[in-house]
Amino acid sequence: MSDLEVQAGLAAQSRQSGPSRRLGVAETAAGVLALFLLVSAVVPQLLAPGDPLAIDPLSAFQPPNLAHGFGTDESGRDIYSRVVHGTQYSLVIGAVATAIGLGLGILLGTLAGMLGRVVDFTVNRFLEVLFAFPGLLLALLFIVIFGPGVVTATIAVGLSTAPGYARIIRAQLITVRSQAFVEAATVLGRTRWQILLRHILPNTLAPLFVLATLGVGQAIVWAATLSYLGLGAEPPTSEWGAMLSAGRTYITSAWWMSFFPGLFIVLTAVTATVLGRSIDRRMRHA
Amino acid sequence: MNGSVVFGDSAAAVTVRNLRVGFGSAEPVVRGVSFAVAPGECLAIVGESGSGKSVTARSLLGLAGTNARVSADRLELGGQSVLGLAGRAWQARRGKDVGLVLQDALVSLDPLRPIGREIADSLRLHTTLGAAGRARRVLELLDAVGLPEPELQVRKLSGQLSGGERQRALIAAAIALNPPLLIADEPTTALDVTVQAQILALLEQITGAGTAVLLISHDLAVVSRVAHRVAVMYDGQLVETGRTPEVLGSPQQEQTRRMVAAIPGDKPRGTRLSPSDGPDTPSGLTATGDSRAEVSPESTVVLEAIGLSKSFRRQDGTRQLAVDDVSFALHRGSTLGIVGESGSGKTTTARLLLALLAPDHGEVRVFGEPWSTTSEKTRRGLRASVGAIYQDALGSFDPRWSVAEILTDALHLRHERGAPHTTARLTSLLDEVGLAPTVLPRRPLELSGGQRQRVGIARALAGRPEILICDEPVSSLDVTVQAQVLDLLDDVQRERGLSLIFISHDLGVVQHVSDHIAIMRDGRIVEMGPAERVFAAPQHPYSAQLLAAVPRLRA
Repeated sequence: MSDLEVQAGLAAQSRQSGPSRRLGVAETAAGVLALFLLVSAVVPQLLAPGDPLAIDPLSAFQPPNLAHGFGTDESGRDIYSRVVHGTQYSLVIGAVATAIGLGLGILLGTLAGMLGRVVDFTVNRFLEVLFAFPGLLLALLFIVIFGPGVVTATIAVGLSTAPGYARIIRAQLITVRSQAFVEAATVLGRTRWQILLRHILPNTLAPLFVLATLGVGQAIVWAATLSYLGLGAEPPTSEWGAMLSAGRTYITSAWWMSFFPGLFIVLTAVTATVLGRSIDRRMRHA
Repeated sequence: MNGSVVFGDSAAAVTVRNLRVGFGSAEPVVRGVSFAVAPGECLAIVGESGSGKSVTARSLLGLAGTNARVSADRLELGGQSVLGLAGRAWQARRGKDVGLVLQDALVSLDPLRPIGREIADSLRLHTTLGAAGRARRVLELLDAVGLPEPELQVRKLSGQLSGGERQRALIAAAIALNPPLLIADEPTTALDVTVQAQILALLEQITGAGTAVLLISHDLAVVSRVAHRVAVMYDGQLVETGRTPEVLGSPQQEQTRRMVAAIPGDKPRGTRLSPSDGPDTPSGLTATGDSRAEVSPESTVVLEAIGLSKSFRRQDGTRQLAVDDVSFALHRGSTLGIVGESGSGKTTTARLLLALLAPDHGEVRVFGEPWSTTSEKTRRGLRASVGAIYQDALGSFDPRWSVAEILTDALHLRHERGAPHTTARLTSLLDEVGLAPTVLPRRPLELSGGQRQRVGIARALAGRPEILICDEPVSSLDVTVQAQVLDLLDDVQRERGLSLIFISHDLGVVQHVSDHIAIMRDGRIVEMGPAERVFAAPQHPYSAQLLAAVPRLRA
């Protein structure tokens, strides 16, 4: 569980508590799903008591049935258990990667927006070079250098999202910086740092947390992609991308092996997006 | 309500009886309004924001809004009832039976179409004129509204025209079909006084040609210039209607009296503009100018501008002088008014005085010490003595902060909830600007325009300044609220012995508050001197022209 999600969750709850704010169908569904995913990530045993790694060769390749709701894989492992237990990987990777991207983005964006033309020019050209590569390619490059694994995949995804955040933060910063209240603070005799910390950053970052919620969904998809390519979580781990990759071989005979992990990747990304948009809308109206 | 056509005074271009307009399930915003306008007559509906005047005007065009409930005993354009007309039937009437001129011509005209096409639109929709006939008519119209060289103008986009030219183009489009009724909703509000005078003359000319004009305005002075009759609107009702000289000269109703009294104009310095609201404020309408420090050449200069110049780079790379060799001195306890039209460099001057911009040449000195030439670090020690009040009070507050946080911050205190010394200081500060402590937890967004500006003044006073630089502090306020804020500034100036720089485009306001006045044009001060002398006998031709253009109450 990252701070980010807690904040997003709290923000969503406190906003929803208002009497005039009705929830739409999509928002309610997203809320229920988010709860399910959170429980899966924190206490997976509650929802799936079975062992996700328990092998049972006799019941391999079973299609969805009463005993195995999502079916079993080539070693007879219960896919439902694996999907539920895999939630923590995806959520943690998604949240941590977004946090890394956001942190770097804030740093770069603030440097560019606050430290004058030379720094702004340099940071901007650097960001443009990064933008020239598709994000995933950037992540691949990083993994090629530092070797595959969950940690490197997380950092790689974080790094590849940073330029986007940096650009948005810089633009937002420049808008906020030229607003009248910043000038008013100068007239009151505040120093540059006081103004940056008390006025500019809070007003820049508030809208960004909404964007970050949207970003978590994106990061989860990317992390799953890396695992699918065999560059993230290693096969026995019940990570969704890795499960997809394993199921690919049997996709014609055992569709459930790739369908359910894929479904959860999509559902998680959509949930994060719907919640992000909903928070965004509510903040705009607040 | 019967839907059949009722023939009323066939003479009237528009007849309204008992008009009521409401939105959704809320209380109606227009409650039983009745009036009629005859051809060749100009009726002005005057009221403050929220009085329902614009909704009234829009109902005559069928544009009150999709969720509006419009009802009336009679609503007739040119003798024909338009009650209950639906979308398409309205379309056939708009432009032909009634024309509309809006406040902001920049957003009323399509930025990507030449104005000639924009004007020709209504001709294409409502007449059988061919392309050549339309083009000829457009040229005639542009000529009629006084746009020079119409052949060149028709091809221009709205962004290439000045504010006054755009407003003329919009009027041309509104009168293209010779509608018997022209509705002008705040047609001059965004314009400089000299341009405003030209547009008013044009409206007068259109009225003279036999068109009925319904003028909507918040500005009594504008109205007194062109309107034959005035209807004062307050809280959805017409509280007073009559011939212009009578209504403005001897207003019968409380609301009208307050609006007339609130106009600063040539009322003597120190005269209160708003009715006194409490026992602790000086009683109304007593001249208190005598208590003010007499400005003699020997009295202390607190702020001085010496040969200030500032230029900006234009988009094409050339440099434009925004402020050109501006010098003046502000004496302790006095007010220097700086007036000018848009683009005259007055706001740049304010920013130079606040050291938010560094001048290219010249310098600003505060209490005789260098201000613009030192570093921000040394300046910061003096910052507290130079306060600022802004036109856009709302924009000058951090949107996340409550009034308490804004003022506490300005008092240089940490935000400690409930700490008695803080609360006491906040309360006394609010008391000084006439606000109740109940506003403390609220955010500026939830306050009215006048309350916001009061919070702005409280914030400026928190640092115990000796100089206040006010950049258009009342331009976005209604006239009665403006009067209260001007009175407040006058009070705090007298109580604290403040020296004020008062920047405004509104000559009436500047005349009312200033001891000295500087008139700016194209970045230069064309005339400066004691306010009374400049207003009585302007020396520079531009000053004279500017003064002549100011609408005065013609009562």
